[in-house]
Amino acid sequence: MMSSRPEKIESKIMEHELVPKHELLTKEEALKVLRELGVRPEQLPWIRASDPVAKLLGAKPGDIIRIIRKSATSGVSIAYRFVVVG
Amino acid sequence: MSKKSRKTKKEKVRELEKKEEGKLEELRKAVLEPSEYVARLIEELRLHEKLPTVLVNSIRSIVLAKYGAKPDEEKIKQEFENLVGLASRIYESMKPLEDTLPRSIMDELLSKLLDAAYRYSIGDDELARIREDVRQSYLRAIVEPGEPVGTVAAQSIGEPSTQMTLRTFHFAGVRELNVTLGLPRLIELVDAKRKPETPIMEIFLTDEYKHDLNTALAIARKIEYTNLEAITASAEVDLITESIVIRIDKEMLEDKGLTVDDVVDSLSKSKALAGRVRVSDEDPMTIIVEVPKTQAHISKILKFRERLLKVKIKGVKGIKKVILQRRFNPQTGKHEYVLLTEGSNLAEILSIPQVDHRRTRTNDIHEIERVLGIEAARQALINEMMNTLREQGLEVDVRHVMLVADLMTWSGMVRQIGRHGIVGEKRSVLARAAFEVTTKQLFDASASGELDSLGGVAENIIVGQLIPFGTSLVQLKTSPRLLARGGNSQ
Repeated sequence: MMSSRPEKIESKIMEHELVPKHELLTKEEALKVLRELGVRPEQLPWIRASDPVAKLLGAKPGDIIRIIRKSATSGVSIAYRFVVVG
Repeated sequence: MSKKSRKTKKEKVRELEKKEEGKLEELRKAVLEPSEYVARLIEELRLHEKLPTVLVNSIRSIVLAKYGAKPDEEKIKQEFENLVGLASRIYESMKPLEDTLPRSIMDELLSKLLDAAYRYSIGDDELARIREDVRQSYLRAIVEPGEPVGTVAAQSIGEPSTQMTLRTFHFAGVRELNVTLGLPRLIELVDAKRKPETPIMEIFLTDEYKHDLNTALAIARKIEYTNLEAITASAEVDLITESIVIRIDKEMLEDKGLTVDDVVDSLSKSKALAGRVRVSDEDPMTIIVEVPKTQAHISKILKFRERLLKVKIKGVKGIKKVILQRRFNPQTGKHEYVLLTEGSNLAEILSIPQVDHRRTRTNDIHEIERVLGIEAARQALINEMMNTLREQGLEVDVRHVMLVADLMTWSGMVRQIGRHGIVGEKRSVLARAAFEVTTKQLFDASASGELDSLGGVAENIIVGQLIPFGTSLVQLKTSPRLLARGGNSQ
């Protein structure tokens, strides 16, 4: 019979088709992004530190995550989220 | 004699040579398979590193459209090189647009240009003119600063939704499976309800098992939540022996793919029942459960029976019903088995090895947020809203829906659009009061001494000022100091 032991889903969620690519930015990259956009970090959309993907990346509050989305209108679109406590 | 034998030798050699030639011919034919030959040319030239993928694909399809049925290496190579030259020229000319145009438009432009340049000759100066035309058209088409995109989105979703069906339930082509559709579903989405009215899952299987009916059935049986009640024909309390006599419904038992032993095993797993469950000596379809001494009072014994019937025998919590569907997959061109469930439990379903964890989905947005994160929830919101609208035959531009989803997921949590969510967090008292529960908003605001800085639309309409949108977003400031210096301020 087929194996039926449940597998850990942590390794699987990043591969789900609903989950776009997330990248944790370094301090330097984050500063560069903020300068380019001309915003303060808290003006970016937020992501909670307890978010499953943020947890996998090991993101801490204060970090910035780059999200590379597949977009219906522009093919590829890049967004940023500011990691907040929660 | 010797002459003869030599002749035969020669003949043999010739035969061998012929054979070899035949093999060579075969080999050549194999190489000449046009699609493979083109793939090899692309590989050899390292074309993927030099040109965008869309151009490489266009080149391939143009060559194959013309020579796909005529395997002529010479001509294919010629045509191929001609096209590569053309493509490089176009790409070189359009490169300055790469930073301006979004990827999908850039791709469309490049492939259309290659198509046109292949049929009609286009010079470099013409390419430059096209480039500037496209740049201008694009910049003219994007949203201008000060455009009230939120209001436009609200109108664009609001108007079509007045034409939606008000009926909650609909049989969505699937037997016995209720799905909330239409306006109730749309409201449920923007209100970010804790649980959808009809949670459903669509479970896909991995490549290995998706064509296998037996695996699909086995998984369907395994995940369907079954408690003791579902397979019980009758459950009587025997007060003399202080036990509960459960007669198992044989048909139901078989339908769920269980045996009496399975039932006894899973009942014995719970601490309170361990060692107290046994099959009756007289009837193999009857199970006798001894009531623990602490529960042996008549008033408690009935409650114990209730709880006993709720004990889980097998399955995944929340999955009430599983329906097997054979569905055509346009990507593979084959039929595959898909499981539709009533009830949803994403985390546990994804942990089953035979389940395709990439495609399996649920319609419960909050569950997606918990298991897959806020970005997945945003995408799911967009998909669900678009599907709901499309299913009713309404075409709403995805940009409006994307704006709504962006707003709802902005804070890192899925929040509703409404007085407990986004509208409730508006900074302006007057804007909140204009939406819902006017007096409460005004009382609370005055009690806490709130200030309204008149930054939004609603509050400015209330006080009779221009709204800060479009041309009235811009404010002119004169600097007397600069004017005094000669007026040519910068």
